[in-house]
Formats: sequence, C-alpha cells, structure tokens
Amino acid sequence: MDGTLFRSVNKFFIIAFCLDIKSYKSFMHRPDSFFLATKMAAPLTLLLIVAVTIRAVLFRSSLAELISARVEVVSPLNAWKRVVEGLALLDLGVSPYSGDVFHETPLMIYLFHFTVDYAEIVFIVTDGITALALYLSIQTYNKDVFRKQKYALESDRYSADCLELLRSPKEMFYIPLKVAMFYLLNPFTILSCVAKSTCGLNNAIIALFIFCTLKGSALLSGILLALATYQSIYPLTLFAPALLFFLQRLYIPVNLRRSSFWFFTLQYAFMYVGSLVVITGLSFFLLGSWDFIPSVYGFIFSVPDLTPNIGLFWYFFAEMFEHFRLFFSCVFQINVFFYTIPLSIKLKEHPVFLIFMQIAIISIFKSYPTVGDVALYMAFLPAWSHLYRFLRNIFLVSCVLLACSALFPVLWHLWIYAGSANSNFYYAITLLFNFGQILLVADYFYAYLRREHHLTHGLYLKKKDGTEATLVLK
Amino acid sequence: MAAHRCGLSLVFILIFSSLACHSSCESLEKANEDTEEKQSVSDTPREVNSDGSIAAEDLNERRGRSTDAELDRRDGTRTSEALTPAAAARDEFQEELVIRPLHSGDIYASFQFRTLWDTDFLQEGQKVSHYRLFPKSLGQVLSKFSVRELHISFTQGFWRTMQWGQPFIPSPPGAELWVWFHDTSPDFCSILSVDGNWKELTNVLSGIFCASLNFIDLTNTVQPSASFKPLGLGNATDHRFLRYATLPREIVCTENLTPWKKLLPCGSKAGLAVLLKSEKLFHSSFHSQAVHIRPVCQDEQCTSKAWELRQTLNVVFDLYTAGQGKKEWSLFKMFSRTLTEACPLATSSKVYVDITDNPELFELSPATPLLSQAVVLGDRRTYSVYDLSRAETFGQLRSLNLLLRWKGDGEMLRPLLHAERYVAGFGLQTGEIHTVIYNNHPYRAFPVLLMDSVPWYLQLYIHTLTVTSKSRDNKPSYIHYQPAKDRHRPHLLEMLIQLPPHSMTEVTVQFERALLKWTEYTPDPNHGFYVGSSVVSALVPSMVAMNTNFTQDQPLFSSFVPVKEESSYFVRVYTEPLLVNLPTPDFSMPYNVICLTCTVVAVGYGSFYNLLTRTFQVDEPSLPLAKRLANLIRRIRGVPLLT
Repeated sequence: MDGTLFRSVNKFFIIAFCLDIKSYKSFMHRPDSFFLATKMAAPLTLLLIVAVTIRAVLFRSSLAELISARVEVVSPLNAWKRVVEGLALLDLGVSPYSGDVFHETPLMIYLFHFTVDYAEIVFIVTDGITALALYLSIQTYNKDVFRKQKYALESDRYSADCLELLRSPKEMFYIPLKVAMFYLLNPFTILSCVAKSTCGLNNAIIALFIFCTLKGSALLSGILLALATYQSIYPLTLFAPALLFFLQRLYIPVNLRRSSFWFFTLQYAFMYVGSLVVITGLSFFLLGSWDFIPSVYGFIFSVPDLTPNIGLFWYFFAEMFEHFRLFFSCVFQINVFFYTIPLSIKLKEHPVFLIFMQIAIISIFKSYPTVGDVALYMAFLPAWSHLYRFLRNIFLVSCVLLACSALFPVLWHLWIYAGSANSNFYYAITLLFNFGQILLVADYFYAYLRREHHLTHGLYLKKKDGTEATLVLK
Repeated sequence: MAAHRCGLSLVFILIFSSLACHSSCESLEKANEDTEEKQSVSDTPREVNSDGSIAAEDLNERRGRSTDAELDRRDGTRTSEALTPAAAARDEFQEELVIRPLHSGDIYASFQFRTLWDTDFLQEGQKVSHYRLFPKSLGQVLSKFSVRELHISFTQGFWRTMQWGQPFIPSPPGAELWVWFHDTSPDFCSILSVDGNWKELTNVLSGIFCASLNFIDLTNTVQPSASFKPLGLGNATDHRFLRYATLPREIVCTENLTPWKKLLPCGSKAGLAVLLKSEKLFHSSFHSQAVHIRPVCQDEQCTSKAWELRQTLNVVFDLYTAGQGKKEWSLFKMFSRTLTEACPLATSSKVYVDITDNPELFELSPATPLLSQAVVLGDRRTYSVYDLSRAETFGQLRSLNLLLRWKGDGEMLRPLLHAERYVAGFGLQTGEIHTVIYNNHPYRAFPVLLMDSVPWYLQLYIHTLTVTSKSRDNKPSYIHYQPAKDRHRPHLLEMLIQLPPHSMTEVTVQFERALLKWTEYTPDPNHGFYVGSSVVSALVPSMVAMNTNFTQDQPLFSSFVPVKEESSYFVRVYTEPLLVNLPTPDFSMPYNVICLTCTVVAVGYGSFYNLLTRTFQVDEPSLPLAKRLANLIRRIRGVPLLT
C-alpha cells in the first residue's frame, strides 16, 4: 500500500517534470540568435557594460599602476612590464630571450608588437571574449546535461527517491549568465585585467578551447589546446578530458581493444600535435632561433625566479638545500600532471567536470600562479551550484580564501615596506591560500561523486536494520 | 718525460698559488724565499750592474737568482740561448712621488714606479726566462695567459672629485680588474679559451695580491664594447678579448700592500718605497694601489715593442684632522719616514711638489731651484722637483724631509666632469638607479660614455631608461645593452650621451629586486649588496693645449693615458658604488618550510587519493566489543551468531 502510493506520487512528479522539460525544450529549440536577443541578451549586455566600465575606470585611475606591481596579480611569466621590456629589447636590436626578464612566447611579442598602444582595449576585449565563451560553453553543457538527464529518467536509470537531485530548467536557466558574471565581476579577474597580465589571454584561449570542445569541433579544439599548451605547457593535461568528451559525443566507448577508439584518439592527437608543431615552427621562423624554448618552458619547469607569488614554489625553492633542488622541482612539477590519468578514469563519464578539476589543479600547482588563474576555475563554480548541498566545508573555505585575499597585501606591506614582518608571514598566507584552494577543489570533487552515487543508489539510504544510514568513503 | 716535468711544474705553480691564497702574507713571503733558495742551486749567471754600488749589487743578485728555475730545468739545452737575448734586453726603472696640496686642506700623494723592459712576452717561440727588474711572477702570468694588457687596482675609500679634483689615475672603490687578452687568432676557439684564461688569471692574481679576486666569475664579468680601450700599443677593437670586473665589497689592507711592494725592484728597502709604511698609508681618507701592465713603443719610431709595468699608489691624508687643527705637514708627519736615498736601480727618482698656488697658499721648505711645468688633465701646473739621485738634494742632514705650511684657503678650479649616483625608492620590491653627470664647462658640450654593470639580482628594465639634461629629454646616440642572465652574467649598459655645456644630466633606470636562494646571500645579508661604480669616460675639452708628443721626457704621472689630440684630454670618473638591500628569506627556516609546504601538497594528494581510490558505502557500525567477544565464543560453540 505504502509502496504503491509512493510510486504513484513519484510518477506524478515525473510527468510534471517532463512537462516542464517540454516547455524548456520548446524554448531551447528556438533559433539561438532570437533566443539571445529576447531573453538573455539584455542581462548579458548589461553585464558586459558593467564589466567594461569597471575596468575602464580602473585603467584611468591611479590604482592601475599599484595593481600592476602586485606580486599576486602578475608573475614573472605574465607581467605587462616584462612584455614592454621585451618589446624595448627588440627595438634595441637585442633578442628578448637573451636576458632573463622576458618569458612570453614569440607569438605574444608579435601580437603586442602591433597592439601595444591599444593594450588596454585588448585586455578588456579578451576578458569579454573569455566570459562570452564560458557563457556559451556552459549553455551548451547545460543542454547536454539536460538531455542526458532526460534519457536517464526515461530509461529509469535514476533511483526513485532522488527527484530533488534532478536539475530543473528554471534553476539552470541563469547558470550561464552567472558563470559569465563570476568571471567578469570576480575581483581577481578585474585585478588581473587592470594589471594587464597576459594571464587573461591564456584564460581566453582556454575558454575558447572549452567552447570549441563542447560545440564538438575537434579540429578547432585541437588547435586551441595546442595554443594553450604553447602558451604555458600545463594545459596539455586538458587533452584527456577533451578526448573523453569527443568520444562520448560520438558514442565511441573507451575500450582499448576497439579500433574506432584508437582511430579517433590518434586523429585528435594528430590534430593537437600537428598544430603544436606548426605553432612552434612559426615562432622559430618569426625569431629565427630556438632561444625561446629554454627561456619560456625551461623557466616554467626549473623555477629560477623566486619572486614571491601566491603559489607553493617560491619560498620552498628559496629555502631548498641545493642538492635536493632537482628532485623537488620534479616532485612539485609532477603534481600538475600526476592526477590526470586517475581523474580521467574516475570521471570518464563527466569530461566537463574533469576539465574544471584539471584547470583548478593547474592553477594550484603551477610554478608561477596568479589570481587570474584562480579566477578561471572559480568562474565554473556556478555551474556546480547543484552540488551545494553536498559541500562539507564551503563556509570554512570561503572564509579562508577571503581572509587570505585580504591579508596578502597587508603582510606584503609589513614585510617589504614596513620591515616589521619577515618573509614567513607572507609565506604562511600563501600556504593557507593554497590549502583553502585544495580544500575547495577536493570538496567539489567529493560532492560531485556523492551526487552521482545518490543518483544511482537513492538519496535516503537505509541501513540493514532500516535506520537512516550515513555514507562513508571506503 | 717532458710532459711529466711539465705536469710537475704545473703542480708547483698550483701549490704556490694555493699557498699564497690561503696562508697569510707572512707565510707567502716565506714560501717565496724558499723557492728563491731552491732556485739559487741552479747555476744562473750573476748580473753585475755598471753603477757598481754595493747595495745595487746585492739587489741585483736577488733579481738574478730569481731566473726561472723551472723553465731552465724543462729545457736545459736551451738555457744559454734563452738567457742571451733576455740579458741583452734593456730594462729601466723610474720612480717618482707627486705631492699635491689640495684645497680642502688634505694632501694628495701619488707614487708611480715604472719598469720598462724591451722584450716581448707573447712572441712565438721565444721563452722569456731571465728577469732582472721586471717581477717574474707577473711576467710568467702575462706569457701563460697571453695577456696583452692588465690593469688592476685596489682602493679603500672614495675619491671626492668635487673637493679634490681629478686624480692622476682614477680607480673605483674596492677592487677593479680589466684585462685585454692577446687575439692571435680571432677564431671561435681562441675566444672560448679567453674565458678559461680569465678564470685562471683571476685566481692566480688572487694569490699574487692576497686579494679575493677569486670571487670574480661570470656573474660579475662584463665585456664593455666602448668604455675600456687598450691604453698601450695596438688598436684592438674586438671586445670579446676584453674582460672587466669589479669587486666593490673588497676591503684593501696591509696584506694587499705587502705583495704589491714586493714587486718593486728595490722592495721597500730603498728609494721612495721606504715611505710606504702601512700603518700610515691606511690611516688616510683615500688609499688606492694599482698595477698597470701594457705594451708601449720602445722608441719614437715605434719599431719594436717594450713592456711597461706601472705600479701606482695614491693616498690622500686628512692632515687637518690628524694634525690637531694645525695645517702643516712634512714627509715625516705623513709617512713617519724621511727620504735618504734613491733606489740604486732606478734611472730616475724624483719628488714633485705642486706649487702652482704657491706662494699664496702655502710655503715649502727646503726650497729647490728645480722647477718643472707639465700639462696635467687639461691644466698647466708648476712643480718643484727634488731629484733624489743627486746628493745635494739631501743637504747636510743626509735626509730629505719636505715641510709645508698652509697660509690660507683658496678656491679650487671645479673639475669639468663629475658624476654621482644613488638609489631612489623605498621598500624592497623595486627601486631606481639615478646617475647624475655634471658638465661644468661653461660653453663646450662634449660626449661621455657611461658604463653600468649591474648584478643580475637587480633586474633592470631598460624601457624605463630616461636621460634628461636641463629638464629635456636627451636621447643617447649609442646604447649597448646586454641583459642579465640569472646566475650567469650581469647587466651591461653602455651609452654615449652628449652633455650640454654647464648642465646636469640625469640618467635613471628602474630595477626590481630578486629574492635569492638562501645559500646565495652573503654573510650579513641585511647589510645589503654592493653594485659596482658606473664608469664615465670622456674626452674633455682642454683649457690649454695638451702635449701630444708622449715620447718626450715628461713626468710619469702626466703620461699614463696617451693624448691623441691637443684640444682634449681623457678623463675617467667613477661614481660611488651602491649598496642595495634585497628581500631576505628567513635563514633559520629551511626545515620548517620544506615540512610545511610538503604538508600542504600532501593534503592535496591525500584528499584526491581518497576520492579517487575509494567508493561510497553505507556505514554499518561495527558491533560493540562485548557482542564481538560473545560471537567469538559462539563461533567456537557452533551456535548462531548475535547481530
């Protein structure tokens, strides 16, 4: 009696939900341009206008110079001052890579060689492009999620009592806008843009790569991934999620004995490696020497510049015993690449979440991180807003991150200008900041896995004796 | 066998240099005597000098004995041939002391000792093995490392150009070494060997002069493209054969003076060198000693080459404070010695006193009838000359003690070129180097070459370089910039700037301070890091016609830098060295930092590992202890278990 009632109520909910889906679907099937023009264009335009205004005002204020000198915002890899220095060296007839100031890639020099006078506009536009790409990617992703959820519901793959875990079009409607807002109005992004850190350009390339991947264009995705790799090496770990996404999209099972799997993998790898070779060759022909390889990639890997930043490397290697240096630089660099394969195995059904995890891991463990890198993965957080109920220590983490962001400039001032603190103070804050980031990412990972578990096993789990069960990792 | 001996002698040289490096100078002296004793066993012919005085004979004997015993042993058959041309080669030694009363009330004393030798160290196939007046230790160094020109100076204190005028031979605070290597074959291989030679040379010189020149390495060596041209014969232009390095932190003291004095033919036993007592020389405002070796013309036609060794010692005594407010000085007061004889080996031995301002300013006794005029640094000066080789100079007391009493203060002619430098900015993140160059010439503009060598840990931003004269932008007509490579080479910035007449030109460039590895900091890191002086080299328009005929007999101090044209003279001005603070890590923390950072990484690893390898399961609480014990017994009894 009890069971049948529950079932009928359940059916009713599912029908209601499907109706909701239908309305959503009819809405989604309208032409995109019309859709943008009617419902979402206005808030998005408003958002872009606000973001551009904030940036333009900050560029014109005296704060711009102050911000561009902050070690949290710019690193030796992407400081605007160093780009200008590289251009000045080029003007003097000296190779920018003959010194140890300039570490941008050759394509970057040529980009700014022509646009150095409009740098501010370039950076504002770049941020806009990133936000737009993220907006469209998440919109596509949501459609995808919704479609899959519908199929799963129709094939009864979800447990009966997990209705409240299902995502509704209403709640998903504003997520792309929120993502764009999280990126554009995040103080970290604003600071990064006002400091003219080239990190914003790398973010744009990664965002476009995600967009092309989610739109299903393997060639463009390969090219953009190659470009992102060329810019800062680390994004090469995004190869795995992109490949998984395409395989899933083309309904090719991940099976090492299937020739179709290998065919597509090699095809995508060829596109990626081919464009990487072309881009690198192009840089060689632009400058006529391979000097940029040690100066850009050697610099990223061997971490010779110990200028403080928000990462884990600088103080560790400043205090390192000389004969352990190589060992520990290998250990620390491996961290970025180490998690790719296990994560790909664990999340092979969820490549977009895998992309988020990889970007977050890169921004935590890269050798010269800046707040711009943090901003990129933070922009994805609204996309996982449905995980909120499973997050364990989001309050603690937000407090830690907020407090650290406020304390960075304070302790920097005490150390560098006031002389009343020493390097340990600043180091402690970077340590805590990274600890907070690790907690945040691990927490989202946990919540994602838990939700997936609940979707298949039911939300309200019971013990053998019928009492309410607690879920643990075993 | 020959190779074996060669190896032996190399080992010998190595042991010798390491002894010199590590032991104090007393032990160096001892080692020197030891080798000399050993060498005297080999039968080298004695030199008998023509002037025949006992002292001279004695000293000559010392010199003669120091012929190269190792080389003799190596090619015993060639000994007699090798000795003949060397013995025939003409050499001469000159010494002089210039005393210039400065307008500030200080006294500037400048010693110059010149040894001239008509031989060629670098000639192929000819081994120089017989040394008379020229110090063997330096001669060997020249031929081994194929050095063409060598300039080394050790300076304690800073020359105050605005109060003291231009020095005869300028030098920056600390140690400075610049060497032109012989460019026999300008192929790639010989350029590579220059770096190796330079490294070895600095280590050998470090032993010879008891100085920390071994700290000169690639990180503080530069190859200036224009500022340091050879001063001797030949017009080498390939700056890949030039090496320049300064050690602004080097502290100069007695241990550097003793080996320097030993290079003199008479040591400190006779001649002007008796005045060089370290307890007085280092109780002064400024002390600088230098060695300059270069090839010069043998005669007016310049048919063959001669090697010139100039040892100079400049000292400024602050007599006003030392003499309890009485402005009067004498040789005895300054050096606690008087002069009694010339060095018997010297062909000329003179003391010059600058009396251009006499008698308005001071009065000199004993007076001398000998006067000399010379054009020095664009100014015609008159000197009283005391010739020590003449017996009447010493008078009845058989000693010369010059005495001078000040009568009043006079106005000094302002030096036409002057430069200073400082660091601006606050905090330990960035800063700005300001170099200010003054042209005090009332109506002539002239170009100067500014050279800056900045260590790599101050990252210069060349795009922030500004040059302003009279609050207007002054674009340098030539810029040579070599950016630094971290831990490999310093920044080198050379500029040709036109200085407008009667102007002040300011050169600024911003830099960023690097955080170093904890092992890269010097002891007492919070004292700061020194940045060597900038060098301003210029041809300054002269007020009077300069003397271009440098073969003509003239005082030594006026003939160091060759004068190419009458209308201008060469001046080099060194600015102050900078002392820059860098951010420091906590030196007591390495273990803590390694542990803490690894902990954070491990937290990341641990949480990901957990989530990756484990799966979600419903938590079934384990039975209480009593029930488990009961179950154990029940299992033995074969009864159904409790749940």
